[in-house]
Amino acid sequence: MTHLTQYIYIISAALFILSLKWMNHPASSRRGVIAGGTGMVLAILGTFIGFPGADGVGIGFVHNWPWIITAFVIGTVVGVPIAYIMPMTAVPQRTALSHACGALAAALVGTAEFYQRQPHADTELRAFIMVALVIETLLGYLTFTGSLMAMGKLQEVLPQRPITYRNQNAVNFLLFAIAAGLAIRLAIVPTDTFLFPIFAALALLFGVLLIIPIGGADMPTVIAILNSYAGLSACAMGFVLNSRLLVVAGALDGSSGLILSIIMCKAMNRSFTNVLFGAFGQVQMSTGKAEHRTYRSASAEEAASVLEAASSVIIVPGYGLAVAQAQHKIRELYDSLTRRGVDVKFGIHPVAGRMPGHMNVLMAEADIPYDKLVEMDEINGDFPQCDVALVIGANDVTNPKARTDKGSPIYGMPILDVDKARTVMVIKRSMNPGFAGIDNDLYYMDKTLMLFGDAKAFVSELIKELPARVAA
Amino acid sequence: MPTDVELELFVFMLATFLGLEIIRKVSPLLHTPLMSLTNAISAISVVGAILVTGAEGATFLSKVLGFIAITAVVTNIVSGFLITDRMVKMFKRREEKK
Repeated sequence: MTHLTQYIYIISAALFILSLKWMNHPASSRRGVIAGGTGMVLAILGTFIGFPGADGVGIGFVHNWPWIITAFVIGTVVGVPIAYIMPMTAVPQRTALSHACGALAAALVGTAEFYQRQPHADTELRAFIMVALVIETLLGYLTFTGSLMAMGKLQEVLPQRPITYRNQNAVNFLLFAIAAGLAIRLAIVPTDTFLFPIFAALALLFGVLLIIPIGGADMPTVIAILNSYAGLSACAMGFVLNSRLLVVAGALDGSSGLILSIIMCKAMNRSFTNVLFGAFGQVQMSTGKAEHRTYRSASAEEAASVLEAASSVIIVPGYGLAVAQAQHKIRELYDSLTRRGVDVKFGIHPVAGRMPGHMNVLMAEADIPYDKLVEMDEINGDFPQCDVALVIGANDVTNPKARTDKGSPIYGMPILDVDKARTVMVIKRSMNPGFAGIDNDLYYMDKTLMLFGDAKAFVSELIKELPARVAA
Repeated sequence: MPTDVELELFVFMLATFLGLEIIRKVSPLLHTPLMSLTNAISAISVVGAILVTGAEGATFLSKVLGFIAITAVVTNIVSGFLITDRMVKMFKRREEKK
């Protein structure tokens, strides 16, 4: 490999680091994307010009151009429409798909290296290289099928609820232990080629079994964990190929996924092991079934007059809002209230949506200024001074039981303190409990008004009522 | 002299800590585009896929696997950077709007 290529790789790595650094603020984020893209193009060009010779050192030429060019063309032709046609609500599915693609690529490259190097196994598949190679392929294959399962759940092709069976964790653990055992055996005796397909098949199967028992509500965490695995498999590839650029880029992706999954776990007050092996949603609480509790409901007209009289409103959007496609109506409501001098902000829970930060993208797509999108820790102090908290399509993240009821499955989960607002309004289809099947005390408070209906339709009515009242 | 492996472990350690520090500072507003971006960046494995596919004496198996790998990661690169760009462009301040 030429020295020029190595210097190009150093620049690429620096651009990747800058790219992530510039994501710290929306104002510089565009620059971040351009830096990342430039780093990628440079790295690809550098690889072509400094291609290693047949002996692994010196300069050689790229062979098999037709294969490479065809692959680039297909990848581009598929990639461009995905980027532009994909609706923002489907971004989690796309992300899961791209984790699958990235992980598959790492696994296949590892597999190809394994067989290609067999004739020189004694020099080219030394123990350390084999350790990196089995890690690369293990993570690659299991992330590939795992991400496809996550995508299926997000796309609702697969059931969202956890798929469980008896001794599930024992079966999974046993399977993983066998795969790990084969991996160790391969690392010690790399010429046992017949073991490799079995190892790969077990990794693929393990990926499926790992994800199917995880419920739809945990997808934000799962996606982040898979992101981390995909990055680590690229990183392991860097060790196999002796490429520091791959090690750096893979480590950045791995640590990013790790941090996001920690944030998601904290936002749900759960541990990694609990998310992966807990089969949440299984927990059926039988509380509150006996008692018939009373609540107050209101019409759009009544709700509009309360909103109009308010001086500050905090809107709490949940994924139900996106399901109802109400984002743009919310934007109209925001405009309408802002024009009347009402201070409107949005309280965003970290797990609102189907992946980390998803709700912010959905709100930004509807042209809501990002300085009005306030994260949970910052907005919670504002609720006591807020006249109206309007909850749309969110449930568990507003449930005061998380603070008070030790027996509740969501106890300890950080929530938006909606119940501290002077008036609470909740747009909801009916009194049916939400995803986790937990009754929400918020709905039965004296200051809460339940607004029954489809989120989009109800917000439209609210908007209609507002100008009418001004005219009158 | 440290071996390649030792150097790489060193680089890995530094890059991981650097990554943890940088990502911690990313605004929660941008967590979704961040994940798209890191995913596109980790498609740097395209380098490995090109090396495998374009090597002199690559076996047919290597070429087929490498071909699939390049296709998959180029899809990630193209769609990843473009969709991230599409997302970050949506984030506007109030005064920037018409």
